[in-house]
Amino acid sequence: MASTIRVRATANGDTTEVQALIQHPMDSGFVKDAKGDLIPPHFIQQVTFEVNGKAVFVADWGTAVSKDPYVKFSFKGGNKGDDLKISWVDNKGETDTTTAKIA
Amino acid sequence: MRTAIQIILTALALVTVASGAPAKAADSVDPAADAKAFQKYFTDKFPKLKLSDFVNGPYSLNEDMHRQWVEKEEFPPYQFSLDAGKEMFEKPFKNGKSYADCFADKGIGVRQNFPTFDEKEGKVITLELALNRCREANGEAPFSYVKDDMAALTAYMAFTSRGKPFDIKIPNDPRALAAFENGREYFYTRRGQLNFSCASCHVQNPGERIRAEILAPALGILNAMPIYRSEWGGMGTISRRFVTCNTQTRGVPLDPQSDEYRDLEYYLSYVSNGLPISGPGARP
Amino acid sequence: MTTFSRAMILALSLIAIATPVLAATDADFKAAYAAADAANKEAFALRNQWTVTATALTEAKKAADAGDFDKAIAAAREAEALAKASIFQAKSEKEAWKAEVIR
Repeated sequence: MASTIRVRATANGDTTEVQALIQHPMDSGFVKDAKGDLIPPHFIQQVTFEVNGKAVFVADWGTAVSKDPYVKFSFKGGNKGDDLKISWVDNKGETDTTTAKIA
Repeated sequence: MRTAIQIILTALALVTVASGAPAKAADSVDPAADAKAFQKYFTDKFPKLKLSDFVNGPYSLNEDMHRQWVEKEEFPPYQFSLDAGKEMFEKPFKNGKSYADCFADKGIGVRQNFPTFDEKEGKVITLELALNRCREANGEAPFSYVKDDMAALTAYMAFTSRGKPFDIKIPNDPRALAAFENGREYFYTRRGQLNFSCASCHVQNPGERIRAEILAPALGILNAMPIYRSEWGGMGTISRRFVTCNTQTRGVPLDPQSDEYRDLEYYLSYVSNGLPISGPGARP
Repeated sequence: MTTFSRAMILALSLIAIATPVLAATDADFKAAYAAADAANKEAFALRNQWTVTATALTEAKKAADAGDFDKAIAAAREAEALAKASIFQAKSEKEAWKAEVIR
């Protein structure tokens, strides 16, 4: 199955800009379905971005983050060709991870 | 509640005043003249915009939103649907044939020609209808017009037509003219308890706010379809948008590919002839 | 007490007695509902039903099922009024739309 994570990382001088789009329902647990039953909570709890094994961005998410979250950030350091690893884990214990090269 | 009452009262007042005005212009049908007047109305209203800017709706009408849109396009929320659509489009049916067999040019770069008027059947064929007919002709079950699968397919087909100008044709057939006219009538007819017509928002108030949203102009309004709508948390087809617009004015919606909706799509697409396809798109 | 106020009291009592104090019945409800439903069907033929009409009809049925016929009839009358308004809208818009067309 295709990865749930799309990522683009660009190094510009000593700053690297990262954009990522993650496919995830991010169900809060408060919404009802067409039948009137509550859709159980299913959301990413933590997403981690690592460069060369070192965490550069870690986010603790919850029910306030919408479906298919998009995140964009910059960090100092990171060179062209470095490996950027992204991984997330959700409240059901499901995970996904992907690695991309900084452009 | 009060605002709704105010809107209804204003709308009723407008109707009362408007009914007294001459109806000459609406009696004869000249689609080319209609389209010209339609486009002129919007370019006059927004002189700073290029004609092609209208396809981005509210994002062209508000600086802050424009900035957000430029950023969004770098990593668009419709990406997943688009990728799924490409996969679906390329996968053959159980009988070995594929969507490419149902369309000219293998279905690549043809979105701007839809809707067409089918002279054999005497009705408007939208892209969504054509896709489901293709499925049924090849032994597959049709998709719901308002759910994700159809949206993914039309997203991919729109993507292959990006930049190509709308090229809707009205053949010299009184039924085609009638379909155009029906679409135009639907567009300007008030409906629902809130008494809005499509024109109430998209002709009279583009760039203004309805609650927290900025209204899109009717010119180019279909060019970005299908759209990933943040409000829906997902992708939606033209059918879905027509249906939800109806319910939002508290009118019971018609069937997704009813005559009225297909004629409406025909009208709206034709008057946007020349504007580039920008779909799939994203909206608030 | 003045003659006038005595006359008033007498008049008001007569009016109170004269007004039917019979409780609304299921038959009354069925008649009111049928009228509303017929109007709503006419609106359907004109391709111009309102969502609020359907809601009022559902509420009427619900109240009747619960035995509250006063409430049910009130809701049915509301539904009929809404349906009639939607019919009026469809008919008057047949001509009124032309004035809105961009020329």
